Amino acid sequence: MSSILTREPIAAPAGRDARRFSAGFGKQDRVLNVLFVLTVVAMLAALYAIFVYAPTERVMGHVQRIFYVHVSLAWLSYLAFLVVFVASIVYLWRRDERWDAAARASAEIGVVFTTLFIISGSLWGRPVWGTWWTWDARLTTTAILWFIYVAYLMLRAYVPDMPRAARYAAVLGIVGFVDVPIIHMSVVWWRTLHPEPTVARLDSSPLLPPEMLATLVVASVAFGLLYVTLMIVRVRLERARDEVRYLQQALSLRGE
Amino acid sequence: MSEPSALSPQPSALGSYLRVVGALALKDLRLESRRRETVAGVLVFVLLVLGLFQFALDFERAEARRLVPGVLWITLLFAGLLALGRAFAAERDQGTLDGLLLAPIDRSALYLAKVLATVVMMSAVEAVALPVFAGVFDAPLLAPGVLLTVFLGTLGFAAAGTLFAALAAQTRARDVLLPLLLLPLLVPLLIGAARATDDLLAGAATPVSAPWWELLAGLCALFLGASVLLFDALLEE
Repeated sequence: MSSILTREPIAAPAGRDARRFSAGFGKQDRVLNVLFVLTVVAMLAALYAIFVYAPTERVMGHVQRIFYVHVSLAWLSYLAFLVVFVASIVYLWRRDERWDAAARASAEIGVVFTTLFIISGSLWGRPVWGTWWTWDARLTTTAILWFIYVAYLMLRAYVPDMPRAARYAAVLGIVGFVDVPIIHMSVVWWRTLHPEPTVARLDSSPLLPPEMLATLVVASVAFGLLYVTLMIVRVRLERARDEVRYLQQALSLRGE
Repeated sequence: MSEPSALSPQPSALGSYLRVVGALALKDLRLESRRRETVAGVLVFVLLVLGLFQFALDFERAEARRLVPGVLWITLLFAGLLALGRAFAAERDQGTLDGLLLAPIDRSALYLAKVLATVVMMSAVEAVALPVFAGVFDAPLLAPGVLLTVFLGTLGFAAAGTLFAALAAQTRARDVLLPLLLLPLLVPLLIGAARATDDLLAGAATPVSAPWWELLAGLCALFLGASVLLFDALLEE
């Protein structure tokens, strides 16, 4: 789809297919319906796996079950931000607004997943470590990640007019993501100098029993499907928003 | 950027590019030397924040040693934010940005010139601030290792900061937006610079515990490289 600037400011062609921007689950929306059902099934399977199938951890007891949600959210957050990075690059290269819509959507979903990841970490940490927060390497890196992508969303909020907001956000999306490995490295080095006095590394044990590994995989797949479904719905919403903006511009131009 | 053709001998493209960067930087520095707004204001701010830290943290000379790197770098960070806030002020207030964009120069030259001018201005501030800090805390902050760390930190800060200052200068809540965008990205810079300064103040000639200088240098390279590529996208229209 061409950018707003290159479209002729004429009335939209007749018979425009409203389904293209449908963010709902109408009968004709097969892909989204299937995905939705798959996500629900996967989530139910994950719930079963987490609470029934997975064995109870010896040291931490049932609290450890939050680990499956926590780690799944972590992977999906990183994936979401990777998508922001790639979409930002392609947008700057192609100037196709669809890629910007994808970046916007993924950043928002990523911030939500990161927030939940941090909160689930706190909920897990409180009974196990005795504290809601600790400055260990992973939590610190995640906190900074959260700040970067919240700044992304705030940038979009502060800059209302479109191709500009998309370009600025793309720059931040690219620089932010490239900085993440360096942030991680620097925090790990810092933490090796001043380690947190925690008793055990909770979630990086290399020897997960196979049942736990299977549960983790099921949970990750469920959240992955959730991410894809949310992305599709969100991107369509953003495209609809773009279309409204285009129509408003076209109307105001014709009014002059 | 004009390339010298094979048929007509021209001065090297790199030479003319550097000359453009130098001319633009010199323009900004000349403007600054006449009004001295940025450097004077930032310098007074640095000294003020030094006092504020003392009032807030109330540390004795004995524990000051442990806190000096942190106090120094947080102060420089916030002072730098102030300086960056003014980096594109002239272009914005007097509308000179259009003139710069119309000039037949590579826009990345504008970026590098701003980075250079910012580094020079921050260095002028640091030239006064570091001796004062060294005196107040009785710490060897003028050792060559510390000076190198301060230079690398300033360069990295200016590299990332100029990119986002150009971005923020064209938005509404630019004073709020610049710290929000910049500070999370500069965490590795802060960690590396503060830890390196810590090691150096403890008596080492070079930072011992981790390759902090390499981290700082890498960050400078990363930010400069990425910004040179991306700066164009910020100045369209």
